[in-house]
This record gives sequence, C-alpha cells and structure tokens, in this order.
Amino acid sequence: MMAEIGLAALWLAAALAGLQLVAGSLALTARGAALGGAVRPVAMVQGLLALLAFACLIYVFSVSDLSVKLVALNSHSMKPLVYKIAGTWGNHEGSMLLWVTVMGVAGGFVALVERRLPERTMLATLAGQSFVSLGFYAFLLFASNPFERLSPVPAEGNGLNPLLQDLGLAFHPPTLYLGYVGLSIAFSFAIGALITSEVGPAFARAMRPWVLGAWIFLTVGIAAGSYWAYYELGWGGWWFWDPVENASLMPWLAATALLHSCSVLASRNALRAWTVMLGVVAFSMSMIGTFLVRSGILTSVHAFAVDPQRGTFILALLAIYIGGALILFGLRASSVTEGERFALVSREGALVFNNVMLSAILGIVLFGTLYPLVAETFGAKVSVGPPYFNPMGALFAVPMLVVLAVGPLLRWRRDRFARVGKNLVIPAMLVAAAAIGLLVIGGVALLPFLGLALALGLAWASLLPLKGRNLRRTPLPIWGMVTAHFGIAVALFGMSSESAFSVEKLVAVKIGEVTQVGPWGVKLDTVEPVAGPNWTALEARLLVRYGADGKVTRMLPQSRSFWAPPQQTSESALLTRWNGQLYAVLGGEAPAVDDKDEAKSAAGSDQGRWQLRLWWKPFVPLIWLGGLLIALGGALALAGHVLADLRRTIARSKIAYRRERQGR
Amino acid sequence: MKRLLLSLVALGLALTAPAMAQEEQSTAPYAYRQLDDPAKETKAQDLMESLRCLQCQGQSIADSDAPIAGSMRSLVRERIAAGEDPEAIRAWLIERYGDYVSYAPQLTGLTWPLFAVPVFLMLIAFLLLRRRFTGKTGDAK
Repeated sequence: MMAEIGLAALWLAAALAGLQLVAGSLALTARGAALGGAVRPVAMVQGLLALLAFACLIYVFSVSDLSVKLVALNSHSMKPLVYKIAGTWGNHEGSMLLWVTVMGVAGGFVALVERRLPERTMLATLAGQSFVSLGFYAFLLFASNPFERLSPVPAEGNGLNPLLQDLGLAFHPPTLYLGYVGLSIAFSFAIGALITSEVGPAFARAMRPWVLGAWIFLTVGIAAGSYWAYYELGWGGWWFWDPVENASLMPWLAATALLHSCSVLASRNALRAWTVMLGVVAFSMSMIGTFLVRSGILTSVHAFAVDPQRGTFILALLAIYIGGALILFGLRASSVTEGERFALVSREGALVFNNVMLSAILGIVLFGTLYPLVAETFGAKVSVGPPYFNPMGALFAVPMLVVLAVGPLLRWRRDRFARVGKNLVIPAMLVAAAAIGLLVIGGVALLPFLGLALALGLAWASLLPLKGRNLRRTPLPIWGMVTAHFGIAVALFGMSSESAFSVEKLVAVKIGEVTQVGPWGVKLDTVEPVAGPNWTALEARLLVRYGADGKVTRMLPQSRSFWAPPQQTSESALLTRWNGQLYAVLGGEAPAVDDKDEAKSAAGSDQGRWQLRLWWKPFVPLIWLGGLLIALGGALALAGHVLADLRRTIARSKIAYRRERQGR
Repeated sequence: MKRLLLSLVALGLALTAPAMAQEEQSTAPYAYRQLDDPAKETKAQDLMESLRCLQCQGQSIADSDAPIAGSMRSLVRERIAAGEDPEAIRAWLIERYGDYVSYAPQLTGLTWPLFAVPVFLMLIAFLLLRRRFTGKTGDAK
C-alpha cells in the first residue's frame, strides 16, 4: 500500500513539475502573465509530494517490505534499523529518488522565501528548475521505478554490501546529494537571470546562500567519504583519485570557483558572464558525477554498452541540460556585460586568478577521469591515477595557494603590493624556515615538501585579515573566510605530512610478541572471536605504548565475516594522538612461510602467527579537521549573509509599515 | 631466481583464476611482508602505489587484499630486492598486461592528450589573465 502511495505521489509531483514549467514559461509572455501566480504554490506542493514519495520508500525499507523489488534486492530483515533506513539511498533507484526529492524541496523552498529578485527572473528560475526536475522524474518513472513490486515475494532479501554498513557511509551519499542538488538551484538562477538579462549584484546575493549551502555539504561529504575510505578499506589510503571520488571533487572545485566569483559579483558588480558560466558548469559537474557513478560506465564501458538504457537516459539528460544551457549562454552572453573593471593587483584580480586556477584543476580532473573511458571506447585500456593527478594538479594548485596568502589582504579595485608586503614577511619567513628544516631532515619528495612549506606560511597569512580589526565587530563572512582559508592550510599540512612521514609495518606475530612501528611499541595480546548482529569476527587485542614510557592503551582491530551477503571486511582500529594516528588492521592467520631461515626461526610454530598491518601516520587527522574547518568557514559565511538579509528585510518592512501609517 | 620463477607461476595462476573468492589471501611470500632494507621497501611501496590491481575496481595493488594484488606486491618486492629499477619493472608489467596496469600514464601515441591538456590549460589561463589585465585595465578609474 505504501509503495503505491509513494508511486502516486511521484507521478503527481512529476505532473506538477510539468505544470510549473508550462506556467512559468507562459507567464513570461504578455498573454500568459496571469499564470504567474500559480508557479510558486505549484513548486511548493511539488516539493512536498516528492518528500512524501521518499518517506514512503523509507517506510517500506524500514519494515523490510520484501514485496517491493528494490527492498528485496538491497535489504535484509536481519539488518540493524539504521542500515535498513540508510539502505533506502544505498542503491540506484533510491538515490535517484533522493535526488529529485532534494531538488523538489529546494525548489519549493526558493519559491517560498526568495522575494528579492524581479518576479520575472523568479518565474524563469522556477521554470528552469522544473525543467531539470522533469527530466529526472522521467528517468525515475520510466527507467528506474523504485516502487516496483515483486511476485512471488521472496523469503529474504539480498542484503546490503557490508562495506556500506557503516554509520559514516550511511550519511555520506545524502550529504553529497544535498550539495549536488543545491547547485541545481544555482543553475536555475543562472538560467533565469540569463533569460531575463538580470545578471547583477541582486542575482548574486540571491544565488550565494545556495552556492554556499551546497558547497558546505559537498565539503563535508568529500571529507566524510575520504575518512570512510581511510578507516574502512583497511589500507590507510585516504584519497585514490578514483573516478567516484573525482565525481564529487569536480562539483566542489566548480562550486568553490563559483562561490568566489559570486562574492565579486555581489560586492563589486564585476565578473557577470563568468559567474553565470560557472553556475552552469557547477551543476553540469554534478550531473556528470551522477552519470559516472550511476550509469555503471565505470565498472566497464562494455557493461554500459550491453545494458545501456539507464546510462543512455542520463547521457541524454546531460546533453539536453548542459547543451541547452551552453546554447542559451552563447545566445545571451552578449547581453550580459562584463561589469566593473579592476586592476591586476586588487582583491578581484586575486579572485580571478584563483578562479582560473580552480577551473584549470577542474579541467585536469575532468579530463583525467574521462580519458580512460574515451580510450576504452576505442579499444585501448589506460589507467590514470595519482602519478598523473598529483603533479598536474599541483602545477595549478601551488600558484593558487601562494595567491591565496596574499589575495584577502588586497583592497578592491586597485592596490599595491608594497602596501601589503610588510604583512607577508612573517609568512614568507615561515615558508623559508620550514623548507630549510625539511632539507635538513631530507628524503621528503617534492610535492609533500612544497605542501609542508606552504602550509605553515599559509596558516599564518590566512589569519592576517583579522589583524587590526575589532574582533567582536568583525562581520561573520570575514570570520568564515579566515576559518576556511586556515582550514585549507591545516588540511594541506595533514596531507603532506601523511605522505612524507608515514611509517608502515607489515608483520606476522605470535601472541605475546612485541613489534615496533615508528615511536610505538605494539604487543599482540589475544585474538578472540566476537559476534555482532549480522557478522562474526576475530578480534585482536593490541596493547600499544607511545615511546618507552607512554601509557599502555588497548586497540581492537577486527576481521569481520558478514553472512548476508557473505563477505569479509577488516575493521581497522585507530588511536589518535595530538600528533598523529596509529592505524592497526588484523589480517588473517599467517600463511606458512616458505622461506627456509624464516621457518627455522619460527621453529615450526606457524600456527599461532597473525598478520598485522600497522601504520603510524603523523598529523593525518589534520586532513579531515581541515576539511571540517573549511565547511565551518562556509557555515559562518552563510549565517552572516542570511542574518544580514533578514535584518535588511525586517528593516524594509518596518519602513514600509511606517510609511503606510503616515500616509493615513 | 628460483623464487622469482615461483612467484611468476603464482602470478600466472592468480591471473587465470579470476573467480577466486576475495577473502582468500595471497600466499606469495612478500605479499604481506616488507623488505628488510627500508630504502628498497620505500622504492617498492612507491611503485606498488602506482600499479593497478587488475581484479579490483579502482584500487592499487598497495591497497588491496585480492590475491592477484598480493602476488603482484610480492613480485615487485622480489624484483626490487634483486636490484632491479622500478621503472624497468613497470615497463615489464606494461609489456605483459598492457598500459592498464600502470596508474602513471606513459607518453605514447595513445596518451599524449593527457599531457597536452595541462599545457593547453596553462596557455588558456595565461591568455585569459593577460586579456583581462592588459590594455583597458588602465582606465579602471
């Protein structure tokens, strides 16, 4: 029953999106102006219906209604409730429903609150939003119906991939989706502004909270995904330049650029066409990311070609939306003037530089991700990985980081280096000191070397905009900028330190044996079986000690066996200290060693030896701490802008009220 | 040398039996054992991180429990221990398994666009910035 209600709600929402598109477009013409009043309410109801459909899907998952095909395929009645609910979006259909739900709700919210723009621009924006939604509704209803029933009803479901049964991952996709879809609002605003030629500061101010919000979610989503890969995959890596990761990084890069150009447009009325272009690009990257992850093309181009229905559908949507938006841009760009001019050495100049560099990095990631797919269609298989992305990305990231240290200190429009130069003496000295220190230590590769040296100077420089300000009166967006830039330095330090100073130790030890990794002594105390709700595991008890006289602490890495579906995972154990993290993984029982001298030393007692993988990773948590600081900075800026907008709205309505009374 | 041959056989076996279950760990001698010489181990580690595990999805052989990844790790460590150059090992693996096995694309007729794009982007960035900040900038009041 719930499944049918959900499906009906989905159809109704799709129909309303159609109405929203027609009414919104007609309202822009002279004859259809009367329809304008319908657009906002329709958008709100559409959002509510999509939300209802999604709630229905969550319900059928939480009660494990196995007569629904999607539940039977992806869930299992023995799973903990939280993973049943998370299973709702852990699959293709459910995640696409989440996508349209977020899109519908966000569109409805815009319709409800956004009153600053000219009504014509709003109508065009909402029509654009419904145009995009409509494609995804069609995709759901015709190519991936989440509510399809199954007959006969199976006795039990297939279960969820155990790797995904983890709290971090349960909430990782929805976070990213909020980011992806938030960018759809920016896209719709860009379309609306292009159609009505209303690209100006008001447009930027209306768009900015959405870009900021989307960007915060993307940042958190990427950081969470990276941390998940780090502790769940059991090998201590935190970024693999995997296409799925790149799919989330590309919208982030575009959104970061958009965020900054949006600021320029809002405060200086410059970079108009560029901001609109980035609005289009950012959401295009979201859609390309979704296409990459959801079409199955990554598993194999051939698998995609064999069952191409869904992939082709998304590809067609991509072509329509991205192509359409670019054509619109081409047609209307001439009506969008560039806006105010400015000098090279100015805040705008630095922001333009940052934008161009971010776009170049985006270009590298996009090309490096797509190239293997293109090559494969021509019958050649190549791999593009860290040895390509790291140096090529750094080519543009390093100059950008240098400018990041200086840019926020510059004045708008025109400035001189001489004025800000004296502030940069300390950061420059920090960079030099760090570089000399690293050269003395030696053995640090070029990229981590640059990262470590830059990070210290950048951390100092990022705080300089607060210098000479009354901290209590400093506007929240300034605090946000400082926090986010400081977060970049923190994350950069963590990344570089991890790659320069990590110590790895792979050993097969007997119970009671002690081994050394970096400054840590690790003793294997016991290995015992334990059981969870849907798994059994071997759990090692490690007693670890930092240095010679540190406190002894326990670590409990597990090697888990899930039974639905059957799969083994390693649950790593992490021990965090202020200066890094000890990472421990329990492998299997050690295989018999065929090396002769080894066999002698073990004296034939291979039975009690266990594989341990240990890493000491100095300052590695700073990567995610930095990520969270960046997101926190975004949140501060968002709060600042929204509060200012509210204050302005309230003041305006008070003035209007007084005028009205005086008029009487 | 004999050990090397053995591990090659093991590698061959692992490749021909792709249906092997994920949980069966590799039994190759250096799959889960480091080289005694830290300098050589670092070299091996760097190389392993840039080689693709052919059985997994998007993982390097340094990040995988798949049997073939273990066999390849063992092969890399043994060859490094025997004093071979990392790039020579990479070339040997590419010759056997194709470009796909290496995450570091080599400059060939097939991959040149990967290296042309950064140069192209640099050029575009330079031109964009130059156009923006020369000529008319002077009259920015």
